[in-house]
Amino acid sequence: MTRRQRSVDVIVVGAGPAGLAAARGLADHGVGVVEVLEREAVAGGVPRHCHHRGFGRWGVTGPQYAARTVEAALGSGARVRTGVTATGWAGPLTLDTTGPHGLERIAARAVVLATGARERPRSARLVPGTRPAGVLTTGELQQAVHLHAQRVGTRAVVVGAEPVGYAALSALRRAGVTVAALTTEEPRHQLGRAWAAAARLGHGVPVLTGATVAELLGRGRVSGVRLRHRDGRLTTVDCDTVVFTGDFVPDHELARRGGVALDPGTRGPAVDGAFRTGADGVFAVGNVLHAVEPALWAAREGALAADAVRGFLDGSGPARGGPAIEVAAPLRWVAPNRAVPQVPVDAFVLRTSQALTRPVLVVTQDGRRLHRQYVPRRALPNRTLHLAGRWTRSVDATGGPVRITVGGPRGGNLGAATE
Amino acid sequence: MTVTSKGPLCPERQMSPRPYDVAVVGAGVVGTAIARELARHPHLHIALLEASADVGDGTSKANTAILHTGFDAVPGSLEARLVREGQRLLAAYAAESGIPVEPVGALLVAWDDAQLDALPGLLEKAGRNGYDAARIIGADETRAREPHLGPGVLGALDVPGESIICPWTTTLAYATQAVRSGVELHLNTRVETVSSEGGDHLLATSRGALRARFLVNAAGLNADVLDRLVLGAGDFTVTPRRGQLIVFDELARDLVRHILLPVPTALGKGVLVAPTVYGNVLLGPTAEDLDDKEATGTTADGLDGLLTKGRRILPALLDEEVTAVYAGLRAATEHDDYRIRCHKERRYVTVGGIRSTGLTASMAIAAHVAGLIAEADAGLDLEEPVEPAPVHMPNLGEAFPRPYQRADLIATDPAYGTIVCHCERVTRGEIRDALISTVPPASLEGLRRRTRARGGRCQGFYCGAAVRALHEGRGEWGPE
Repeated sequence: MTRRQRSVDVIVVGAGPAGLAAARGLADHGVGVVEVLEREAVAGGVPRHCHHRGFGRWGVTGPQYAARTVEAALGSGARVRTGVTATGWAGPLTLDTTGPHGLERIAARAVVLATGARERPRSARLVPGTRPAGVLTTGELQQAVHLHAQRVGTRAVVVGAEPVGYAALSALRRAGVTVAALTTEEPRHQLGRAWAAAARLGHGVPVLTGATVAELLGRGRVSGVRLRHRDGRLTTVDCDTVVFTGDFVPDHELARRGGVALDPGTRGPAVDGAFRTGADGVFAVGNVLHAVEPALWAAREGALAADAVRGFLDGSGPARGGPAIEVAAPLRWVAPNRAVPQVPVDAFVLRTSQALTRPVLVVTQDGRRLHRQYVPRRALPNRTLHLAGRWTRSVDATGGPVRITVGGPRGGNLGAATE
Repeated sequence: MTVTSKGPLCPERQMSPRPYDVAVVGAGVVGTAIARELARHPHLHIALLEASADVGDGTSKANTAILHTGFDAVPGSLEARLVREGQRLLAAYAAESGIPVEPVGALLVAWDDAQLDALPGLLEKAGRNGYDAARIIGADETRAREPHLGPGVLGALDVPGESIICPWTTTLAYATQAVRSGVELHLNTRVETVSSEGGDHLLATSRGALRARFLVNAAGLNADVLDRLVLGAGDFTVTPRRGQLIVFDELARDLVRHILLPVPTALGKGVLVAPTVYGNVLLGPTAEDLDDKEATGTTADGLDGLLTKGRRILPALLDEEVTAVYAGLRAATEHDDYRIRCHKERRYVTVGGIRSTGLTASMAIAAHVAGLIAEADAGLDLEEPVEPAPVHMPNLGEAFPRPYQRADLIATDPAYGTIVCHCERVTRGEIRDALISTVPPASLEGLRRRTRARGGRCQGFYCGAAVRALHEGRGEWGPE
């Protein structure tokens, strides 16, 4: 055995907004040795390559925000080790790592998973056609443009009209690439009014809704995208670059390899309001729980989780368990997704698969209504939908699953889907 | 060592190209195996010509990656013999060269009465092919050995000798050993016309003229075209048979223990579910006869059909992420057997109709072809071969320690501890080694086949730009 073995108090896996905030919260409160493992060469997470503004409380750029969060974590006394990958588990709270300095086996009293999320690539979306070069995700595009100054192409199609699609547009513009179209299968874009107007008017990019990518064309390099429109019509858009944006999924590999149970909706670790997973002493925060929320939300969870981890370490935390929280269609998922009456939750995040006009969210357990909430706006797919969390204190810890449904305006269970 | 990919094959001032003793056309798994076999005769001056920019870039890169026993071949056929011999040869070669092989065994699972009734015939056929280890097992045993199978299993034929193998490393090992033994590999070299001059073959290629005393046609999908160029007529036509495949993420690997082969019946052949040596799970292939030799695209119908069949075989598989969808073209002909023919008077061997079994049979095909050349008595001395220096290929297999798991290797060079591609855990050291290897990659795709970089579930979301930077900056590590 040529693994160096050592022990720390808390391991945080992932030095993005959530992991760094958790580490800072722990180290600030004097929780012994807090070590953040970051597999990338530079800490800071995804904001490092998001050059647009809007990060954190002051709306700085991604790299500025990343630098601040790293500095804050280091300032608190947390260790941040970059270029070190947690490759697997050697025990319930022991991780094996690989880095340029060799192999290690690190035991801890608690582990915080903050492994983030990624976009689903073309293959996972089962897009047919050839396999040409020039097909990428926003994450790769941003790194190519902002971190490596690589040439990207001359004419691009952006697939997906979530807010991240706008980030892709801005990276393409920086790289001098013309954007032929922004397309989405959804009947309407989810960019937000200002961004959509900026895309259409500011940059002259047509936003094609109800358009599915039917086929990628080209050998060697991509030469075009065949789109199927709502009416069944097929059109071809010529391009040498295709960016698949959004469709985020949690990077849950390490959680699964550790036997941490996943929530069937989010596909991230199932957690309660204290960010406790099904494995004792293993916590999860940030976008591995809900792909994806803004950096500020992830950081807020990191800070809250730090309190929960301290509670676990000194034995003052509430008992684990509690019923699962399920959602009914058209809702897709909710996080956190276990309800423990003693654990207060400010707000839950949800997603819908269909646009909903001013929906009413109804929370029940075993037929008993716990909460009813009117949402005074349109809820769109791929956009955050918040649900207040005060009702968790009235959950029956030994009862059946808690259900969240979209109710009608007068309390009925009418589907309020409008499209 | 000579590998060229651009410029004229013959320097301009030289009036007549220097003749090769043998030119092998096609650097797929068969062509590279033949070049490697012939290179055991060090005095032979050999050219290996490839139309693509890389070796193993056609049919050889997009198959089901299985090392077959040949239990279900047509008894008495050339294919049956060469698959049987080739399996033994390649298994030994793989062990010596570091080509990942996992002897997981296969189960031909019967889902209906027709399939169940077909099992005894298959067992008997295996016996006639000299394979005696197969046996029929009942539904309970099948389910015990594959607990994640869908409902309705009736039984299975157990073929313990079937293995999974890395097809990319196999071709690359052959090519590497051939080039190190003196074979001149010319990439981006498409043969346009062939004429005869003074008994030699004069090949006009996309990179100029080339002269060879003996010609070997291992052109795969285009073997029929080359046959007509050389002979003016051909005795077979290649009809590309497209196979679409879906690759599932490594997190699906625990769902399947064996290669789950379909039971062929009169109603069709079905699809297989198989683990890969990289730790993924394959679902496929489709079988579509086409007339376009470049139709390597997947289709919505093809993928839908695979998912429907996959859901029946292994329902939980469909909850996992897909890491790749691809299509390969098998070089099917109108004949049931391989079409390997020696035209003595023309000093020419055609190696045609090498179907999906070609990977398994490759070394035996090469030995067979070398034998035909020796018999042809073309003035080439094929006596007393010399064994080439062994090659040790970088390990891409999960069943063997990979560099990121090896403290010894990282201690000698920290680049082996620097993971660049996180999903597949490919290190900077491995990428560097591939870029400065004997047969270096021409593209990121080629780099993926040599290292697995960018081949995982994120398809480059995390590492794409960094891998590309290493690829584009390869001058840093050695000659381009």
